[in-house]
Amino acid sequence: MATKPIVKENVTIKFAGDSGDGMQLTGGLFTGNTALTGSDLATYPDFPAEIRAPAGTLAGVSGFQINFGSHRIFTPGDQYDVLVAMNAAALKTNIDRLRDTGTIIVNTDGFDKKNLRLAKYDDVNPLEDGSLDGYELIEIPITKMTRETLSDSSLGMKEKDRCKNMFVLGFLYWKYNRKMKETQEWLTSKFNQKPDVLDANLRVLLAGFNFGNTTETFTTQYEVKAAPLEKGTYRGIMGNQALVMGLVTAAKKAGIPLFYGSYPITPASDILHGLAAYKEFGVKTFQAEDEIAAICAAIGASYGGNLAITGTSGPGLALKGEAAGLAMILELPLVICNIQRGGPSTGLPTKTEQADLMQAMYGRNGESPIPVISTRSPSDCFETAIEACRIAIEHMTPVVLLSDGYIANGSEPWKFPKAEEIQPIEVKFSKSPSNGTPFMPYERNDKLVREWALPGTAGLAHRIGGLEKEANTGNVSYDPANHEYMVKTRAAKVAKIAESIPLLELESGEMGGDLLILGWGSTFGTIEGVCRELLAEGKKVAHAHLRYINPFQRNLETILKSYQRVMVPEINNGQLARLIRDHFLVDVIQYNKIQGMPISQSELQHAAKEVLAQIK
Amino acid sequence: MAVQVETSDAGNKLKAKDFATNQDVRWCPGCGDYSILKQVQTVFADLGLNKDKVAVISGIGCSSRFPYYMETYGMHSIHGRAPAFACGLKMSNPELSVWVITGDGDGFSIGGNHMLHVLRRNFDLNILVFNNQIYGLTKGQYSPTSEVNKRTKSTPMGSLDYPVNPGAFAMGCSATFVARSMDRDPKHLKEMLHRSYEHKGTSFLEIYQNCNIFNDGAFFAFTEKDKKMDNCVFLEHNQPLVFGAEQNMGVRIDGYKPTVVTLNNGYSKGDLWIHDEKDVFKASMLTRFFDDPSVEGHLPRPFGVIYSEDRATYEDKMFGQLDDARSKKGEGDLDKMIAGSRTWEIA
Ligand code: SF4
Repeated sequence: MATKPIVKENVTIKFAGDSGDGMQLTGGLFTGNTALTGSDLATYPDFPAEIRAPAGTLAGVSGFQINFGSHRIFTPGDQYDVLVAMNAAALKTNIDRLRDTGTIIVNTDGFDKKNLRLAKYDDVNPLEDGSLDGYELIEIPITKMTRETLSDSSLGMKEKDRCKNMFVLGFLYWKYNRKMKETQEWLTSKFNQKPDVLDANLRVLLAGFNFGNTTETFTTQYEVKAAPLEKGTYRGIMGNQALVMGLVTAAKKAGIPLFYGSYPITPASDILHGLAAYKEFGVKTFQAEDEIAAICAAIGASYGGNLAITGTSGPGLALKGEAAGLAMILELPLVICNIQRGGPSTGLPTKTEQADLMQAMYGRNGESPIPVISTRSPSDCFETAIEACRIAIEHMTPVVLLSDGYIANGSEPWKFPKAEEIQPIEVKFSKSPSNGTPFMPYERNDKLVREWALPGTAGLAHRIGGLEKEANTGNVSYDPANHEYMVKTRAAKVAKIAESIPLLELESGEMGGDLLILGWGSTFGTIEGVCRELLAEGKKVAHAHLRYINPFQRNLETILKSYQRVMVPEINNGQLARLIRDHFLVDVIQYNKIQGMPISQSELQHAAKEVLAQIK
Repeated sequence: MAVQVETSDAGNKLKAKDFATNQDVRWCPGCGDYSILKQVQTVFADLGLNKDKVAVISGIGCSSRFPYYMETYGMHSIHGRAPAFACGLKMSNPELSVWVITGDGDGFSIGGNHMLHVLRRNFDLNILVFNNQIYGLTKGQYSPTSEVNKRTKSTPMGSLDYPVNPGAFAMGCSATFVARSMDRDPKHLKEMLHRSYEHKGTSFLEIYQNCNIFNDGAFFAFTEKDKKMDNCVFLEHNQPLVFGAEQNMGVRIDGYKPTVVTLNNGYSKGDLWIHDEKDVFKASMLTRFFDDPSVEGHLPRPFGVIYSEDRATYEDKMFGQLDDARSKKGEGDLDKMIAGSRTWEIA
């Protein structure tokens, strides 16, 4: 090796190819390898909406984005430094987010007449017409070289071609000066039953690496160093995976079985898959006949004393509305996980959005307050899930937990906790009466919380239902004053949760500056990145990020009112902004992007600077 | 049955009235629901059920007020969804004796989907369908079991849709227990409630119930003394299908076609269809005995246990999988789960 690699602070790579090209796997393996270097990172996959769109078409492009660096990384990156395009369609759909001086690694075999036509390039090959001038273009006949590497392999042509993603991976490992050992080990364990497939993958991986090595005359090697991350043991984690583990942990910490009722829906289905694999924890999963049955079965299980969860996305939450209202009036614990996606209606199932906040808050008939909490990042799903369960159980209420597609499928390194560090959740089931006093199912403690009385307990037989109930006894009551009392009491019960949750702390910046950027959910990384840059420029900005949306934390008002201006960036048309105005009469500035994708750091930074410029 | 729910209070067997609550029963005077309530309370007492181990779950409708009148655990849930709540309850506590109370609108219209799935999944619970062929609580619209051309406020020129056949629906859903009874025959109803309780799996018991306000007499052809024996055949396992006031009529199978014959008129009991509640084909045909009783030569309507099959319950299989997973992998370890298989150190 002649030259030393050039050190870069951070790099964003987009792997793009046909659905069948294995880009998710390639991205995943590259991510695992990157984590081992100690760099910080964030990833985001970008799936086509159709499961098997025709090969080579624009609709069939599948992508995986990774941003890694030697400093803290908060988002998968706005623009790519490197675009891997396995065919013409992949180039076409991704080129506009490539940095002006970026690198394109193309599989030239994916640019034949048919591919060009399917990508709607109208027979003009972009590799030849000069349209890519200015980029560093690395053209490799990847399919051909993969086949040549495997010329003596016993595999069929289709199986050989399936190895071409390993060529890309090997080439990138060379380009970023990586060791390949753990990838080789992973492949070995994955294909230990199929020696010929294993052999082919290993050979093509090596061929890709060697190709970089021998052709280094025309391309440079780079290196990204470790980031100053906190010391400790890390793992990579995806949002839905962290949510699953948080739920399992909460059940263990509460000492009761976990029940999950759900109906498959993008992007929440992986929660069902994840929990179904944890039967040794006593986790019960129930794939119900529809969204309504899923939540109803969960309420039934909650009545029976399980930690009951249902999970869905926006359209499913709409269907669950009536039953959620029932859980609210029954006052039974339940966690409703809503992994938001682009709406309305079926909307953009594989794209991200934060537009279900109003639905979570108000999407039920009658006065039906339900606590709402939200998660901010893939690893944060773990703690948020536990917190949702804690509130549900300790306050005898359904809780909506809001995540979204960007968090659910995104991944990041996670310095995970030890189980013993996690606080237990207190569960108190009603005991059989000892002195013959009649049981009052809707008697309340000082937090206005009723008891959890399980069917099967001697002496507590009682009826619950969706009709308005008399205070204390729970008997059906149509009394006007009682109804108003119960409506107010249920609202007060939810409001009182604010007394048992921690105060809001700033993520960055200080109290009393010019601009507070207030966010919730998956905008966390973008806002934090923007704030840190503005602070470095000496601007008086701060970032606060809400986990608790209903009720708000007790000190939120004080924080809001200590800044000249408050800005609320959201991937919706201004839903948190509305709640903030409603609750605090604060004149917030909205920043909204509703394009099915995250807000980029550069656009938010630009908007924040405009606001700052107006402050005298 | 599955769950042996023992007598409570140190062996003091409860009486029917011990299963009544202190709430005023609010059905219209003369409603068939009263009789059903009474028979259920009587049977629970006869069975020696412990009221703390019983949960009655209902949806919405006149019949669904039932749990408020039962001194057991109970939930009056939302329209059509009672089976889903009951399944969840059963998965959280399989020891409970769970009873689902539903009606023709609740069970076959808004809740038809849940009815389908609870039956095929075969949870160990009992479903009582109060079929009155009308919407009572909303004041008299036709229901999915109403006869064609039913004139109601919502169908002033007569209803257009063909009625659901509940028994055939249940067989179509691969139910493991299908039976029919009526509010106005307490003895038969009690017997069917016993049988429903004893069946391990989902018991589907359709009960013809008179709504004397909005659909009075809908079932009089089957329930009133003068016509009952001519229009009903009371099924008994291994017994021939004999009916008629004089017990001189029977049903035999002519090829694939069931036909009504008169006994002693060239036919003896030996020529008749012998009821076999374990025979899925015969049971399916029996549910198709759905003729209008006013039509000449109609087949009699079957009452009793139409079908009964032993099949493992959903919850037993579910708990079996949990046990299997634990015996293969050992009790779950949180720290192992959280760490996963690939970790790295930042020093
Ligand atoms: S409306 Fe009909 S079904 Fe309802 S309570 Fe009155 S009589 Fe009974």
